[in-house]
Amino acid sequence: MNRFAELLDRLVLTPSRNGKLTLLTDYFRSVEDPDRGLALAAITGDLNIAAVKPAMLRTLVTERMDPVLFGYSYDYVGDLAETVSLVWPQTPGNIPNREPTLGEVVAKLQAASRSDGPKVLAGLLDSAGISARFAIIKLVTGGLRIGVSARLAKQALADFGTVDVTEIEELWHGLSPPYTTLFAWLEGKAEKPRNTALALFRPVMLSNPLSDGDLEKLDPVDYAAEWKWDGIRVQAVAEGGIRRLYSRTGDDVSGAFPDLADAMHFSATLDGELLVGDPREATGTFSDLQQRLNRKTVTSKMQQQYPAFMRCYDLLQIGDEDLRALPFRERRGRLETFVKTLDPSRFDLSPFVDFTDWQALEEMRRAPPHPIVEGVMLKRWDSAYVAGRPKGPWFKWKRDPHTVDAVLMYAQRGHGKRSSFYSDYTFGVWSGAEGEEELVPVGKAYFGFTDEELKQIDKYVRDNTVERFGPVRSVRADRDNGLVLEVAFEGLNRSTRHKSGVAMRFPRISRLRWDKPANEADRIETLQALLDR
Amino acid sequence: MRASDLLHPRPEGLYCPPGDFFIDPVRPVDRALVTHGHSDHARSGHRSVLATQQTLDIMGLRYGEDFAGTTQAAQLGETIVLNGVSVSFHPAGHVLGSAQISVEHQGTRIVASGDYKRRKDATCAPFEPIQCDVFITEATFGLPVFRHPPDTEEITRLLKSAAQFPERSHLVGAYALGKAQRVMRLLRDAGYDRPLYIHGALAKLSEYYQSQGIDLGTLEPATVEGGGQDFAGAIVVGPPSAFADRWARRFPDPISCFASGWMRIRQRAKQGGVELPLIISDHADWDELTATIKETGAEEIWVTHGREEALVRWCELEGIAARPLHLVGYEDEGD
Repeated sequence: MNRFAELLDRLVLTPSRNGKLTLLTDYFRSVEDPDRGLALAAITGDLNIAAVKPAMLRTLVTERMDPVLFGYSYDYVGDLAETVSLVWPQTPGNIPNREPTLGEVVAKLQAASRSDGPKVLAGLLDSAGISARFAIIKLVTGGLRIGVSARLAKQALADFGTVDVTEIEELWHGLSPPYTTLFAWLEGKAEKPRNTALALFRPVMLSNPLSDGDLEKLDPVDYAAEWKWDGIRVQAVAEGGIRRLYSRTGDDVSGAFPDLADAMHFSATLDGELLVGDPREATGTFSDLQQRLNRKTVTSKMQQQYPAFMRCYDLLQIGDEDLRALPFRERRGRLETFVKTLDPSRFDLSPFVDFTDWQALEEMRRAPPHPIVEGVMLKRWDSAYVAGRPKGPWFKWKRDPHTVDAVLMYAQRGHGKRSSFYSDYTFGVWSGAEGEEELVPVGKAYFGFTDEELKQIDKYVRDNTVERFGPVRSVRADRDNGLVLEVAFEGLNRSTRHKSGVAMRFPRISRLRWDKPANEADRIETLQALLDR
Repeated sequence: MRASDLLHPRPEGLYCPPGDFFIDPVRPVDRALVTHGHSDHARSGHRSVLATQQTLDIMGLRYGEDFAGTTQAAQLGETIVLNGVSVSFHPAGHVLGSAQISVEHQGTRIVASGDYKRRKDATCAPFEPIQCDVFITEATFGLPVFRHPPDTEEITRLLKSAAQFPERSHLVGAYALGKAQRVMRLLRDAGYDRPLYIHGALAKLSEYYQSQGIDLGTLEPATVEGGGQDFAGAIVVGPPSAFADRWARRFPDPISCFASGWMRIRQRAKQGGVELPLIISDHADWDELTATIKETGAEEIWVTHGREEALVRWCELEGIAARPLHLVGYEDEGD
């Protein structure tokens, strides 16, 4: 249990992706079955343990210590799980000679009934030290919140076994904790597990961004063009009565889109974009789509107001026939026929964009027909469907980003290589009546600048600090003083969480405008106009 | 006599009227008794200072030889009479030279602990509990959430991380007096024999520790003079403030570590951008505070600098008279 607890502690404080991967692979290497597999399941959210409510945890601890002292402690720490793990009284003489393993803890928790759950939990907390207690409480209260996605955990598995991550993704849904066969294969001690489960995920094919000069080398006749829809890339798989919608990284998202999943009356694997609206009438905007994202449950009202549908790009499998090796032209033909058999309110075909030369396509890319189109896709007519991001067969050619001139307001210190630099910037634009203008923050960015520019901004921040709050400095920014940053971003969403009412997608610093006076930076109305388009 | 007539707070610090002296005064006074060399307890400019020889040495290193008008070294355990008040110094286990001060007059004995800890520490003499009527305890970590793990476990985690990320340097933030030397000594005791790199602010004090027979092994300045020094895989010790500074840019992709009792609280580590918190403290944790209070046999406890309310509450539950002693000028954050 201690090794798992230590892993959680390290992961939560390690900001860099590579650092997290090292911690995970080292853990997989040094910890045996079934503990490492259970840890993996806890991280990916696949561990099934009956939950204990926070109120119950509170009751348990105040039965064991003075409630006033507990109150002081909780006020100071601010996190219930952490407070309980620290103050839980350990009876001297009652300390076991070894701490329970993760496997033992999970087994006890899984065997506990609803009524004896709290008692089992208390017994486990009695048997563990501080770090282990914290980990146990995190397991039973659900949600580790350690900044590790399922995707990152799979990448760590791939690194551990030196295989491609798409192999892990493809296997994943046929496996279950503690993943003993998976680890045995990754360690070279057994054959690759054979997948017999139905409706499995197929690793997705991705595209490369079109770089300068690429087009000159490409012949328009070799490529088909489609709009690049800005929804969620999904894979719809139905087989033997099992229906699943997967995200492009292989997470099962069926639960969030039951309306679409219920319409999958077929036996096939489709690749496409999940959008909202009715494809026969109107496609919703990204703000509409957002209403359906990151929700644990979907009300029927939500499903009516923002129905989910799939705009189909590709057909990977039909019945028992795997089409992935066929050229795109042939798969597309099969797809066109296939989509005609589906519910037209839930599935439609991604239309081609007709063009004869790159110049014509460029014009269409600049003026797309719908706000949710973010560019065009180029696909070689003869391309097979392969996992990953091969260079050459598919390109994305995005619309140019929006830009806004904003004023630097706050700067935060970075991590790792950047720990001595103020490298994360919050910027704002002007709002308010003339003569009473004030800056309202509209976003945060931490890349887009060169190392040299970073040094310059860091110096500017240190020389113009107004206030400090821990690792954050507020920077002098008024009508007469301030650093103007040209910020590029992909789109704008409405936000109720931000004072400005807008949230930028993918913001980055595109230029430093040392030359521009702060009072000439943009106003909030400029951004609001983008929203209303 | 009433205990509060023997010692009570004044703006300058804790004052003894019959003896006419202050303990750890924060402003210049005629006669100061100093528990240890941390700058919030040991200030310069007093007319006379009574402290252990090591504390006097440390004050001299920090403030220059003329830090006080006159100085007198107190031998541990030896009684000195000041205006009829018996005073003695006893080890506090906090940092090198640290002492508790016992003040006795007309049958009443008060022990002012200064800062103290109970863990074994190879860089200073261990705390001795002194029987007394009133015990003045610090409360830096006076909350039941503060439970320090064994320091050897923390050092093991540091060494494990150093092995796990050999291409990066580990920057260990530690206060210049006491904590830094303790961390270095713990590394040596754990078998780490490569050179340790230190920030300039640590040099004089570390050298002093070495001169007092505390072996810290090979220490090298963490400078880039002559250029091209590669700190990959190195362990660098420096004051925590230096790591947010431009000074830290010479190190390759550093992992910031911080050796402090505050690191027990995850949010504290997170806010400070600490990647590897090392819970190593020179103060007593909750269990040690409460155990020490019982050991002194004191009927009354005065609680100072820190979280007084929880410790006062605990004393109430135990039936021990207790009150917060509102002293000003000490750093609540000190560790």
